[in-house]
Amino acid sequence: MSEHEYSKCRSLLGFLSDYVDGSLGEELCEEIERHVAECQNCHVVVDTLRKTISLYHEFAAEAGEVPGVVRERLFRTLNLDEYLRH
Amino acid sequence: MSENKTEISVEALRAGDREEFSRLVDTYSGPIYRLALKMLGIPTDAEDVLQNTFLKAFQHLKEFEGRSSLSTWLYRIASTEALMLLRKHRPEITLSDAEPEDDDNSDYSPSQFTDWCCLPEDEFLSSESQAALDRAVQHLPETQRIVFVLRDIEGLSIQETSQALNLSETAVKTRLLRARLRLRECLSTYYGERLDKRSKE
Repeated sequence: MSEHEYSKCRSLLGFLSDYVDGSLGEELCEEIERHVAECQNCHVVVDTLRKTISLYHEFAAEAGEVPGVVRERLFRTLNLDEYLRH
Repeated sequence: MSENKTEISVEALRAGDREEFSRLVDTYSGPIYRLALKMLGIPTDAEDVLQNTFLKAFQHLKEFEGRSSLSTWLYRIASTEALMLLRKHRPEITLSDAEPEDDDNSDYSPSQFTDWCCLPEDEFLSSESQAALDRAVQHLPETQRIVFVLRDIEGLSIQETSQALNLSETAVKTRLLRARLRLRECLSTYYGERLDKRSKE
């Protein structure tokens, strides 16, 4: 990788989060896309960053329940025993 | 966390309606418990945070001004409780942390360039893979972890995360970027090895 390209990689790094969230301005988006089309390493970084975030989104969708005994203890601590069955 | 189908009535909560409070608890205890578990990694600690969050919410309902949503307000209490418990275990941690918020992300420059996105889907669904995701989050510095959990696991917006943590949106974005880059490095190591293993099989 040439020094010029590497400095480009670094200068775009700060914008990657907004880029994958779709909240980056059009001009910077195009700049990133132009660079990524030519730089294989950055291409991989953007793809694997997207995948990383999507894995955690899926992860969250699967585990969101409080275990029954934890819920029971919580209701008792809050003196809400009478609503436990609801 | 999404506001429930039948919306919780803040007026009823303020008036001391216990049934409404039990609905609030059932609506939000799942996400609050998950946040605490991701922050602390230990179920008994997560349960302490869960209980303290709703005890404090109950005590301070009259002070809820509605400037943020009820869910963001609860996340704010839970985040504070989780960070306080972490600090109790490790007194050197502070919420504002000495971490620089400047634009210098050089410490976060990627070093792993393996493309592991092509792994088959069952690889990502295995319990081993889920444990690796969990471990990676646990290794983040606490101040990055709380931002990542709120934004990318609980799905809050940047603005809501900044309200929940009383941090500027710029600070939230900086920490989020760093957390995501660190996690990508960690997962690249893990899935890179999985990729190697598969190619040898």
